[in-house]
Amino acid sequence: MNHTSFAECSARERIDALLDPASFEEWLPPADRVMSPHLALLGVPAAFDDGVAVGRGRLDGREVFIAAQEGAFMGGGVGEVHGAKLTGWLRRALRDRPAVVLLLAESGGVRLHEANAGLIGVSEVMRAVLDVRAAGIPVVVLIGGANGCFGGMGIVARCADRVVMSDVARLSMSGPEVIEASNGVEEFDSRDRALVWRTTGGKHRFLTGDCDALVEDDVAAFRAAAVAALAGAARPVTLASLEAEHALLAGRLADAPPDADAFTLWRGLGVADPHRVPDLDVAAVRALVEDRA
Amino acid sequence: MNWLALADTLFGPSHGIVEHDRFLDGTVSFDGAPLKVIGTTDHAPIGVALALAQARAVLDTVTAHPGRPILLLIDTQGQQLRLRDELLGINRAMAHLGCCIDLARRQGHRVVGLVYDQALSGGFITSGLIADACHALPEAEIRVMRLPAMARVTKIPEARLAELSADNPVFAPGVGNYVAMGGVRGLWDGDLRAALSEALRSSPVTDERDRDGAARGGRRLAAAVADRVLEA
Repeated sequence: MNHTSFAECSARERIDALLDPASFEEWLPPADRVMSPHLALLGVPAAFDDGVAVGRGRLDGREVFIAAQEGAFMGGGVGEVHGAKLTGWLRRALRDRPAVVLLLAESGGVRLHEANAGLIGVSEVMRAVLDVRAAGIPVVVLIGGANGCFGGMGIVARCADRVVMSDVARLSMSGPEVIEASNGVEEFDSRDRALVWRTTGGKHRFLTGDCDALVEDDVAAFRAAAVAALAGAARPVTLASLEAEHALLAGRLADAPPDADAFTLWRGLGVADPHRVPDLDVAAVRALVEDRA
Repeated sequence: MNWLALADTLFGPSHGIVEHDRFLDGTVSFDGAPLKVIGTTDHAPIGVALALAQARAVLDTVTAHPGRPILLLIDTQGQQLRLRDELLGINRAMAHLGCCIDLARRQGHRVVGLVYDQALSGGFITSGLIADACHALPEAEIRVMRLPAMARVTKIPEARLAELSADNPVFAPGVGNYVAMGGVRGLWDGDLRAALSEALRSSPVTDERDRDGAARGGRRLAAAVADRVLEA
Protein backbone atom coordinates (compact mmCIF):
# COMPACT_ATOMS: atom_id res chain seq x y z
CA MET A 1 0.00 0.00 0.00
CA ASN A 2 1.28 3.46 -0.89
CA HIS A 3 2.27 5.66 2.00
CA THR A 4 2.14 9.43 1.56
CA SER A 5 3.49 11.59 4.38
CA PHE A 6 0.90 14.13 5.51
CA ALA A 7 3.69 16.34 6.88
CA GLU A 8 5.36 16.58 3.48
CA CYS A 9 2.19 17.57 1.60
CA SER A 10 1.19 21.13 0.82
CA ALA A 11 -2.07 22.51 2.22
CA ARG A 12 -4.07 21.71 -0.96
CA GLU A 13 -2.49 18.28 -1.33
CA ARG A 14 -3.68 17.50 2.19
CA ILE A 15 -7.20 18.67 1.36
CA ASP A 16 -7.31 16.62 -1.84
CA ALA A 17 -6.03 13.53 -0.03
CA LEU A 18 -8.57 13.86 2.77
CA LEU A 19 -11.70 14.49 0.70
CA ASP A 20 -13.52 12.31 -1.81
CA PRO A 21 -11.77 12.63 -5.20
CA ALA A 22 -12.09 15.99 -6.99
CA SER A 23 -14.77 17.23 -4.59
CA PHE A 24 -12.97 20.30 -3.20
CA GLU A 25 -14.48 23.68 -4.02
CA GLU A 26 -12.19 26.48 -2.85
CA TRP A 27 -13.39 29.97 -1.96
CA LEU A 28 -11.07 32.90 -2.68
CA PRO A 29 -8.55 30.61 -4.41
CA PRO A 30 -5.09 31.87 -5.42
CA ALA A 31 -6.49 32.98 -8.80
CA ASP A 32 -8.55 35.61 -6.94
CA ARG A 33 -5.34 37.05 -5.50
CA VAL A 34 -6.75 38.06 -2.14
CA MET A 35 -3.42 38.95 -0.58
CA SER A 36 -1.94 40.62 2.46
CA PRO A 37 -1.67 44.37 1.87
CA HIS A 38 0.91 44.69 4.62
CA LEU A 39 3.83 42.53 3.52
CA ALA A 40 4.88 44.61 0.51
CA LEU A 41 5.47 47.61 2.80
CA LEU A 42 7.98 45.48 4.68
CA GLY A 43 9.62 44.18 1.51
CA VAL A 44 8.35 40.65 2.17
CA PRO A 45 6.84 38.54 -0.65
CA ALA A 46 3.09 37.96 -0.34
CA ALA A 47 1.14 34.83 -1.36
CA PHE A 48 -1.91 34.75 -3.65
CA ASP A 49 -3.89 32.91 -0.95
CA ASP A 50 -2.25 34.49 2.13
CA GLY A 51 -1.24 31.00 3.24
CA VAL A 52 -4.62 29.37 3.74
CA ALA A 53 -7.12 27.45 1.60
CA VAL A 54 -10.80 27.45 2.63
CA GLY A 55 -13.82 25.77 1.06
CA ARG A 56 -16.06 22.74 1.07
CA GLY A 57 -16.10 19.24 -0.34
CA ARG A 58 -17.37 15.72 0.30
CA LEU A 59 -16.07 13.23 2.79
CA ASP A 60 -17.49 9.73 2.55
CA GLY A 61 -20.28 11.32 0.50
CA ARG A 62 -21.23 13.94 3.13
CA GLU A 63 -20.79 17.69 2.65
CA VAL A 64 -18.05 19.01 4.89
CA PHE A 65 -16.20 22.31 5.26
CA ILE A 66 -12.44 22.09 5.11
CA ALA A 67 -9.56 24.56 5.47
CA ALA A 68 -5.82 24.09 5.51
CA GLN A 69 -3.03 26.42 6.60
CA GLU A 70 0.10 26.40 4.43
CA GLY A 71 3.13 25.97 6.64
CA ALA A 72 5.49 26.76 3.78
CA PHE A 73 4.24 30.37 3.72
CA MET A 74 5.42 32.28 6.80
CA GLY A 75 5.06 29.17 8.95
CA GLY A 76 1.29 29.29 8.64
CA GLY A 77 1.25 32.58 10.57
CA VAL A 78 -2.11 34.31 10.84
CA GLY A 79 -2.29 37.74 9.24
CA GLU A 80 -5.30 39.97 8.56
CA VAL A 81 -6.44 38.25 5.35
CA HIS A 82 -5.52 34.72 6.50
CA GLY A 83 -7.55 35.17 9.69
CA ALA A 84 -10.49 36.77 7.87
CA LYS A 85 -10.66 33.87 5.39
CA LEU A 86 -10.95 31.43 8.29
CA THR A 87 -13.49 33.60 10.10
CA GLY A 88 -15.64 34.01 6.97
CA TRP A 89 -15.43 30.25 6.34
CA LEU A 90 -16.64 29.53 9.90
CA ARG A 91 -19.46 32.09 9.60
CA ARG A 92 -20.50 30.41 6.36
CA ALA A 93 -20.56 27.06 8.19
CA LEU A 94 -23.10 28.58 10.57
CA ARG A 95 -25.28 29.43 7.56
CA ASP A 96 -24.77 26.27 5.43
CA ARG A 97 -24.56 23.72 8.28
CA PRO A 98 -22.10 21.13 6.91
CA ALA A 99 -21.82 17.71 8.59
CA VAL A 100 -18.49 18.67 10.10
CA VAL A 101 -15.89 21.47 9.93
CA LEU A 102 -12.32 20.24 9.40
CA LEU A 103 -9.38 22.57 10.06
CA LEU A 104 -5.96 21.27 9.02
CA ALA A 105 -3.94 23.52 11.30
CA GLU A 106 -0.28 24.28 10.75
CA SER A 107 0.76 27.57 12.28
CA GLY A 108 3.26 29.32 14.48
CA GLY A 109 0.36 31.54 15.60
CA VAL A 110 0.17 35.26 14.95
CA ARG A 111 2.16 36.47 11.93
CA LEU A 112 4.49 39.01 13.51
CA HIS A 113 4.73 41.15 10.36
CA GLU A 114 1.12 42.16 10.96
CA ALA A 115 1.03 41.30 14.62
CA ASN A 116 -1.89 43.39 15.86
CA ALA A 117 -4.17 42.44 12.98
CA GLY A 118 -3.11 38.81 13.37
CA LEU A 119 -3.84 38.77 17.10
CA ILE A 120 -7.32 40.21 16.64
CA GLY A 121 -7.79 37.86 13.67
CA VAL A 122 -6.96 34.77 15.76
CA SER A 123 -9.40 35.94 18.41
CA GLU A 124 -12.10 36.30 15.74
CA VAL A 125 -11.37 32.74 14.57
CA MET A 126 -11.62 31.53 18.17
CA ARG A 127 -15.01 33.17 18.69
CA ALA A 128 -16.25 31.90 15.32
CA VAL A 129 -15.19 28.31 16.20
CA LEU A 130 -17.20 28.55 19.42
CA ASP A 131 -20.19 29.97 17.49
CA VAL A 132 -20.08 26.96 15.15
CA ARG A 133 -19.90 24.56 18.09
CA ALA A 134 -22.75 26.35 19.84
CA ALA A 135 -24.82 25.70 16.69
CA GLY A 136 -24.21 21.96 17.14
CA ILE A 137 -21.81 21.60 14.20
CA PRO A 138 -18.69 19.63 15.19
CA VAL A 139 -15.30 21.27 14.62
CA VAL A 140 -12.32 18.95 14.22
CA VAL A 141 -8.72 20.18 14.13
CA LEU A 142 -6.16 17.91 12.46
CA ILE A 143 -2.47 18.60 13.11
CA GLY A 144 0.33 16.99 11.16
CA GLY A 145 2.50 19.66 9.56
CA ALA A 146 6.19 20.18 10.21
CA ASN A 147 5.60 23.57 11.85
CA GLY A 148 3.19 22.18 14.44
CA CYS A 149 0.33 24.22 15.90
CA PHE A 150 1.43 26.96 18.26
CA GLY A 151 0.53 30.31 19.75
CA GLY A 152 -3.03 31.48 19.27
CA MET A 153 -3.73 28.57 16.93
CA GLY A 154 -2.72 26.17 19.71
CA ILE A 155 -5.50 27.76 21.78
CA VAL A 156 -7.95 27.62 18.86
CA ALA A 157 -7.21 23.90 18.43
CA ARG A 158 -8.24 23.24 22.02
CA CYS A 159 -11.50 25.16 21.43
CA ALA A 160 -12.58 22.47 18.91
CA ASP A 161 -14.71 19.38 19.55
CA ARG A 162 -11.90 17.03 18.64
CA VAL A 163 -8.17 17.14 17.92
CA VAL A 164 -6.35 14.62 15.72
CA MET A 165 -2.53 14.51 15.64
CA SER A 166 0.16 12.41 14.07
CA ASP A 167 3.11 11.23 16.12
CA VAL A 168 5.38 13.73 14.34
CA ALA A 169 3.01 16.65 15.02
CA ARG A 170 3.41 19.17 17.82
CA LEU A 171 0.76 21.16 19.69
CA SER A 172 1.53 23.78 22.31
CA MET A 173 1.65 27.48 23.09
CA SER A 174 5.15 29.00 22.90
CA GLY A 175 7.83 27.51 20.67
CA PRO A 176 10.88 26.08 22.46
CA GLU A 177 13.10 28.68 20.78
CA VAL A 178 11.02 31.50 22.27
CA ILE A 179 11.18 29.96 25.74
CA GLU A 180 14.93 29.38 25.45
CA ALA A 181 15.47 32.97 24.26
CA SER A 182 13.46 34.35 27.19
CA ASN A 183 14.51 32.09 30.06
CA GLY A 184 17.69 30.38 28.99
CA VAL A 185 18.81 27.04 27.65
CA GLU A 186 18.56 25.51 31.13
CA GLU A 187 14.81 26.21 31.07
CA PHE A 188 14.19 24.65 27.66
CA ASP A 189 16.94 23.42 25.34
CA SER A 190 15.30 23.92 21.95
CA ARG A 191 17.95 21.80 20.21
CA ASP A 192 17.11 18.76 22.34
CA ARG A 193 14.67 17.23 19.86
CA ALA A 194 13.72 14.35 22.17
CA LEU A 195 12.80 16.87 24.90
CA VAL A 196 10.83 18.99 22.44
CA TRP A 197 8.83 15.99 21.25
CA ARG A 198 8.04 14.56 24.65
CA THR A 199 6.92 18.01 25.83
CA THR A 200 4.74 19.02 22.86
CA GLY A 201 4.53 16.05 20.48
CA GLY A 202 1.60 13.91 19.41
CA LYS A 203 2.35 10.97 21.72
CA HIS A 204 2.44 13.20 24.80
CA ARG A 205 -0.74 15.01 23.81
CA PHE A 206 -2.48 11.70 23.15
CA LEU A 207 -1.42 10.10 26.45
CA THR A 208 -2.64 13.16 28.39
CA GLY A 209 -5.87 13.39 26.39
CA ASP A 210 -4.98 16.76 24.83
CA CYS A 211 -5.67 15.12 21.47
CA ASP A 212 -8.41 12.59 20.87
CA ALA A 213 -6.79 10.49 18.16
CA LEU A 214 -3.18 9.65 17.34
CA VAL A 215 -2.49 8.61 13.75
CA GLU A 216 0.47 7.75 11.56
CA ASP A 217 2.02 10.50 9.43
CA ASP A 218 0.04 9.27 6.44
CA VAL A 219 -2.69 10.98 4.44
CA ALA A 220 -4.86 7.84 4.46
CA ALA A 221 -4.67 7.70 8.27
CA PHE A 222 -5.77 11.35 8.50
CA ARG A 223 -8.65 10.66 6.10
CA ALA A 224 -9.74 7.68 8.20
CA ALA A 225 -9.65 9.87 11.34
CA ALA A 226 -11.74 12.55 9.58
CA VAL A 227 -14.29 9.94 8.47
CA ALA A 228 -14.43 8.62 12.03
CA ALA A 229 -15.11 12.17 13.22
CA LEU A 230 -18.16 12.30 10.91
CA ALA A 231 -19.74 9.56 12.99
CA GLY A 232 -18.86 11.20 16.31
CA ALA A 233 -21.44 13.43 17.95
CA ALA A 234 -20.79 17.10 18.59
CA ARG A 235 -19.59 17.83 22.08
CA PRO A 236 -21.62 20.81 23.29
CA VAL A 237 -19.86 23.29 25.57
CA THR A 238 -21.94 23.36 28.74
CA LEU A 239 -21.38 24.34 32.34
CA ALA A 240 -21.10 20.62 33.14
CA SER A 241 -18.55 19.96 30.37
CA LEU A 242 -16.45 22.93 31.48
CA GLU A 243 -16.59 21.77 35.13
CA ALA A 244 -15.33 18.36 34.00
CA GLU A 245 -12.55 20.00 31.97
CA HIS A 246 -11.66 22.19 34.93
CA ALA A 247 -11.44 19.20 37.28
CA LEU A 248 -9.15 17.41 34.82
CA LEU A 249 -6.81 20.38 34.39
CA ALA A 250 -6.77 21.30 38.08
CA GLY A 251 -6.01 17.68 38.98
CA ARG A 252 -3.21 17.53 36.43
CA LEU A 253 -1.66 20.70 37.87
CA ALA A 254 -2.00 19.52 41.48
CA ASP A 255 -0.54 16.07 40.74
CA ALA A 256 2.54 17.31 38.85
CA PRO A 257 5.57 17.74 41.11
CA PRO A 258 7.52 20.99 40.57
CA ASP A 259 10.24 19.16 38.63
CA ALA A 260 7.80 17.06 36.61
CA ASP A 261 8.88 15.90 33.19
CA ALA A 262 6.98 13.95 30.57
CA PHE A 263 8.09 10.61 32.04
CA THR A 264 6.66 11.55 35.46
CA LEU A 265 3.35 12.52 33.89
CA TRP A 266 3.14 9.36 31.79
CA ARG A 267 3.87 7.17 34.80
CA GLY A 268 1.14 9.02 36.69
CA LEU A 269 -1.19 8.21 33.79
CA GLY A 270 -0.56 4.51 34.32
CA VAL A 271 2.19 3.92 31.75
CA ALA A 272 4.33 1.25 33.43
CA ASP A 273 7.54 1.93 31.50
CA PRO A 274 7.40 5.57 30.37
CA HIS A 275 10.98 5.64 29.08
CA ARG A 276 9.94 3.26 26.31
CA VAL A 277 7.26 5.62 24.94
CA PRO A 278 9.51 7.62 22.56
CA ASP A 279 10.47 4.36 20.81
CA LEU A 280 6.94 2.97 20.54
CA ASP A 281 5.04 3.14 17.26
CA VAL A 282 1.59 4.70 17.00
CA ALA A 283 -0.27 1.41 17.44
CA ALA A 284 1.64 0.64 20.64
CA VAL A 285 0.94 4.10 22.11
CA ARG A 286 -2.76 3.70 21.29
CA ALA A 287 -2.69 0.33 23.00
CA LEU A 288 -1.36 1.95 26.18
CA VAL A 289 -4.44 4.18 26.30
CA GLU A 290 -6.83 1.35 25.37
CA ASP A 291 -5.36 -0.83 28.12
CA ARG A 292 -5.91 1.99 30.59
CA ALA A 293 -9.56 2.22 29.54
CA MET B 1 -2.81 52.98 36.68
CA ASN B 2 -2.36 50.42 39.46
CA TRP B 3 -5.33 48.20 40.18
CA LEU B 4 -5.98 49.57 43.67
CA ALA B 5 -6.26 53.14 42.44
CA LEU B 6 -8.47 51.95 39.59
CA ALA B 7 -10.72 49.96 41.95
CA ASP B 8 -10.97 52.93 44.33
CA THR B 9 -11.94 55.20 41.45
CA LEU B 10 -14.50 52.81 40.00
CA PHE B 11 -16.01 51.33 43.16
CA GLY B 12 -14.87 53.40 46.15
CA PRO B 13 -12.37 52.40 48.84
CA SER B 14 -14.49 49.58 50.32
CA HIS B 15 -14.62 47.62 47.06
CA GLY B 16 -13.40 44.39 48.68
CA ILE B 17 -11.43 43.17 45.65
CA VAL B 18 -8.41 41.17 46.81
CA GLU B 19 -5.15 40.19 45.20
CA HIS B 20 -3.61 36.76 45.64
CA ASP B 21 -0.50 35.83 43.62
CA ARG B 22 -1.30 38.45 40.95
CA PHE B 23 -4.90 37.20 40.67
CA LEU B 24 -7.67 39.74 41.35
CA ASP B 25 -11.05 38.59 42.59
CA GLY B 26 -14.04 40.34 44.09
CA THR B 27 -17.68 41.28 43.90
CA VAL B 28 -18.60 44.94 44.00
CA SER B 29 -21.78 46.92 43.90
CA PHE B 30 -21.98 49.08 40.81
CA ASP B 31 -24.94 51.17 39.66
CA GLY B 32 -26.93 49.50 42.41
CA ALA B 33 -26.28 45.92 41.27
CA PRO B 34 -23.62 43.28 41.97
CA LEU B 35 -20.74 43.13 39.50
CA LYS B 36 -18.12 40.35 39.45
CA VAL B 37 -14.52 41.54 39.04
CA ILE B 38 -11.84 39.08 37.86
CA GLY B 39 -8.36 40.00 36.74
CA THR B 40 -4.62 39.97 36.99
CA THR B 41 -2.02 42.50 38.05
CA ASP B 42 1.72 43.20 38.23
CA HIS B 43 2.13 42.31 34.51
CA ALA B 44 1.23 38.73 35.43
CA PRO B 45 2.49 35.98 33.16
CA ILE B 46 -0.50 33.73 32.48
CA GLY B 47 0.46 30.14 33.17
CA VAL B 48 -1.73 27.11 33.79
CA ALA B 49 -2.41 28.06 37.44
CA LEU B 50 -3.46 31.65 36.73
CA ALA B 51 -5.60 30.62 33.76
CA LEU B 52 -7.38 28.08 35.97
CA ALA B 53 -7.85 30.57 38.82
CA GLN B 54 -9.65 32.95 36.46
CA ALA B 55 -11.67 30.12 34.90
CA ARG B 56 -12.76 28.96 38.39
CA ALA B 57 -14.03 32.45 39.22
CA VAL B 58 -15.99 32.62 35.96
CA LEU B 59 -17.54 29.17 36.46
CA ASP B 60 -18.51 30.01 40.05
CA THR B 61 -20.19 33.20 38.87
CA VAL B 62 -22.13 31.39 36.14
CA THR B 63 -23.21 28.73 38.65
CA ALA B 64 -24.11 30.87 41.63
CA HIS B 65 -25.16 34.15 40.03
CA PRO B 66 -26.71 33.65 36.59
CA GLY B 67 -26.65 36.82 34.54
CA ARG B 68 -24.35 38.78 36.85
CA PRO B 69 -22.12 41.02 34.71
CA ILE B 70 -18.38 40.40 34.78
CA LEU B 71 -15.54 42.94 34.50
CA LEU B 72 -12.15 41.56 33.45
CA LEU B 73 -9.22 43.72 34.64
CA ILE B 74 -6.26 43.06 32.38
CA ASP B 75 -2.57 43.51 33.13
CA THR B 76 -0.42 40.74 31.70
CA GLN B 77 2.96 40.24 30.07
CA GLY B 78 1.46 37.37 28.04
CA GLN B 79 1.65 33.63 28.47
CA GLN B 80 4.09 32.06 30.95
CA LEU B 81 7.22 31.01 29.05
CA ARG B 82 8.11 27.85 30.98
CA LEU B 83 8.68 24.26 29.94
CA ARG B 84 6.47 23.06 32.80
CA ASP B 85 3.49 25.02 31.51
CA GLU B 86 3.96 23.69 27.98
CA LEU B 87 4.21 20.16 29.37
CA LEU B 88 1.00 20.61 31.36
CA GLY B 89 -0.86 21.91 28.30
CA ILE B 90 -0.91 25.68 28.79
CA ASN B 91 -2.74 26.07 25.46
CA ARG B 92 -5.50 23.80 26.77
CA ALA B 93 -5.75 25.73 30.05
CA MET B 94 -5.96 29.04 28.20
CA ALA B 95 -8.54 27.64 25.79
CA HIS B 96 -10.50 26.50 28.84
CA LEU B 97 -10.45 30.03 30.25
CA GLY B 98 -11.63 31.38 26.90
CA CYS B 99 -14.41 28.77 26.73
CA CYS B 100 -15.57 29.66 30.27
CA ILE B 101 -15.83 33.36 29.39
CA ASP B 102 -17.55 32.47 26.13
CA LEU B 103 -20.08 30.30 27.99
CA ALA B 104 -20.78 33.14 30.42
CA ARG B 105 -21.50 35.47 27.48
CA ARG B 106 -23.83 32.94 25.84
CA GLN B 107 -25.70 32.47 29.10
CA GLY B 108 -26.45 36.17 29.29
CA HIS B 109 -23.65 37.56 31.43
CA ARG B 110 -22.34 40.83 30.02
CA VAL B 111 -18.55 40.51 29.99
CA VAL B 112 -16.47 43.68 29.64
CA GLY B 113 -12.67 43.70 29.48
CA LEU B 114 -10.53 46.64 30.55
CA VAL B 115 -6.82 46.85 29.78
CA TYR B 116 -5.73 49.10 32.63
CA ASP B 117 -1.97 48.60 32.34
CA GLN B 118 -0.53 46.18 29.79
CA ALA B 119 -1.82 43.42 27.52
CA LEU B 120 0.14 41.02 25.36
CA SER B 121 -0.68 38.26 22.93
CA GLY B 122 -1.56 34.96 24.64
CA GLY B 123 -2.68 36.54 27.89
CA PHE B 124 -5.02 38.87 26.03
CA ILE B 125 -6.64 36.49 23.56
CA THR B 126 -8.39 34.50 26.30
CA SER B 127 -9.43 37.52 28.37
CA GLY B 128 -10.28 40.90 26.88
CA LEU B 129 -10.39 39.67 23.30
CA ILE B 130 -13.08 37.09 24.11
CA ALA B 131 -15.25 39.42 26.19
CA ASP B 132 -18.34 41.03 24.67
CA ALA B 133 -16.20 44.13 24.31
CA CYS B 134 -12.75 45.19 25.41
CA HIS B 135 -11.84 48.71 26.45
CA ALA B 136 -8.57 50.31 27.56
CA LEU B 137 -7.23 53.21 29.55
CA PRO B 138 -5.39 55.69 27.29
CA GLU B 139 -2.06 55.14 29.09
CA ALA B 140 -2.25 51.34 28.77
CA GLU B 141 -0.05 49.43 26.35
CA ILE B 142 -1.18 46.62 24.07
CA ARG B 143 1.17 44.71 21.85
CA VAL B 144 2.23 41.34 20.55
CA MET B 145 5.93 42.15 20.70
CA ARG B 146 8.19 45.16 21.20
CA LEU B 147 9.73 46.63 18.06
CA PRO B 148 13.34 45.52 18.81
CA ALA B 149 12.23 41.88 19.18
CA MET B 150 10.03 42.22 16.14
CA ALA B 151 12.99 43.55 14.17
CA ARG B 152 15.00 40.46 15.17
CA VAL B 153 12.26 38.01 14.21
CA THR B 154 11.22 39.66 10.94
CA LYS B 155 14.80 40.71 10.04
CA ILE B 156 13.52 44.18 9.18
CA PRO B 157 15.54 47.08 10.65
CA GLU B 158 13.95 48.60 13.75
CA ALA B 159 14.21 52.11 12.29
CA ARG B 160 12.19 51.02 9.28
CA LEU B 161 9.55 49.43 11.54
CA ALA B 162 9.36 52.60 13.63
CA GLU B 163 8.94 54.69 10.49
CA LEU B 164 6.16 52.44 9.19
CA SER B 165 4.42 52.42 12.58
CA ALA B 166 3.74 56.13 12.26
CA ASP B 167 0.87 55.56 9.86
CA ASN B 168 0.31 51.81 9.88
CA PRO B 169 -1.46 50.46 12.98
CA VAL B 170 -1.03 46.84 11.94
CA PHE B 171 2.14 45.96 13.80
CA ALA B 172 3.13 48.84 16.07
CA PRO B 173 2.29 48.66 19.79
CA GLY B 174 -0.31 51.03 21.16
CA VAL B 175 -3.89 51.13 22.39
CA GLY B 176 -4.81 53.66 19.69
CA ASN B 177 -3.87 51.15 17.03
CA TYR B 178 -6.07 48.50 18.64
CA VAL B 179 -8.97 50.95 18.68
CA ALA B 180 -8.41 51.74 14.99
CA MET B 181 -8.42 48.02 14.17
CA GLY B 182 -11.58 47.31 16.15
CA GLY B 183 -9.88 45.06 18.73
CA VAL B 184 -10.52 47.63 21.45
CA ARG B 185 -13.97 49.21 21.44
CA GLY B 186 -12.91 52.46 23.05
CA LEU B 187 -10.64 54.33 25.44
CA TRP B 188 -11.91 55.36 28.85
CA ASP B 189 -11.09 59.02 29.25
CA GLY B 190 -12.26 61.15 32.15
CA ASP B 191 -15.18 59.73 34.10
CA LEU B 192 -14.29 56.04 34.48
CA ARG B 193 -17.53 55.17 36.31
CA ALA B 194 -19.60 56.60 33.48
CA ALA B 195 -17.46 54.73 30.96
CA LEU B 196 -17.98 51.39 32.76
CA SER B 197 -21.67 52.05 33.09
CA GLU B 198 -21.94 52.75 29.38
CA ALA B 199 -19.83 49.69 28.47
CA LEU B 200 -22.06 47.38 30.52
CA ARG B 201 -25.13 48.89 28.85
CA SER B 202 -24.00 49.02 25.24
CA SER B 203 -21.56 46.19 24.57
CA PRO B 204 -22.47 44.21 21.45
CA VAL B 205 -23.23 40.50 21.91
CA THR B 206 -21.99 39.52 18.45
CA ASP B 207 -18.47 39.97 17.10
CA GLU B 208 -18.42 43.37 15.35
CA ARG B 209 -14.71 43.99 15.54
CA ASP B 210 -13.96 43.52 11.85
CA ARG B 211 -16.72 46.03 10.96
CA ASP B 212 -15.36 48.50 13.53
CA GLY B 213 -11.86 48.04 12.10
CA ALA B 214 -13.12 48.82 8.60
CA ALA B 215 -15.18 51.82 9.71
CA ARG B 216 -12.25 53.24 11.67
CA GLY B 217 -9.81 52.61 8.82
CA GLY B 218 -7.34 50.55 10.84
CA ARG B 219 -8.20 47.15 9.42
CA ARG B 220 -9.58 47.71 5.98
CA LEU B 221 -9.74 44.17 4.60
CA ALA B 222 -10.87 41.75 7.33
CA ALA B 223 -14.63 42.36 7.19
CA ALA B 224 -14.70 42.50 3.38
CA VAL B 225 -12.67 39.28 3.03
CA ALA B 226 -14.91 37.43 5.50
CA ASP B 227 -17.98 38.64 3.58
CA ARG B 228 -16.48 37.52 0.27
CA VAL B 229 -16.07 33.98 1.64
CA LEU B 230 -19.77 33.97 2.54
CA GLU B 231 -20.71 35.13 -0.96
CA ALA B 232 -18.30 32.97 -2.97
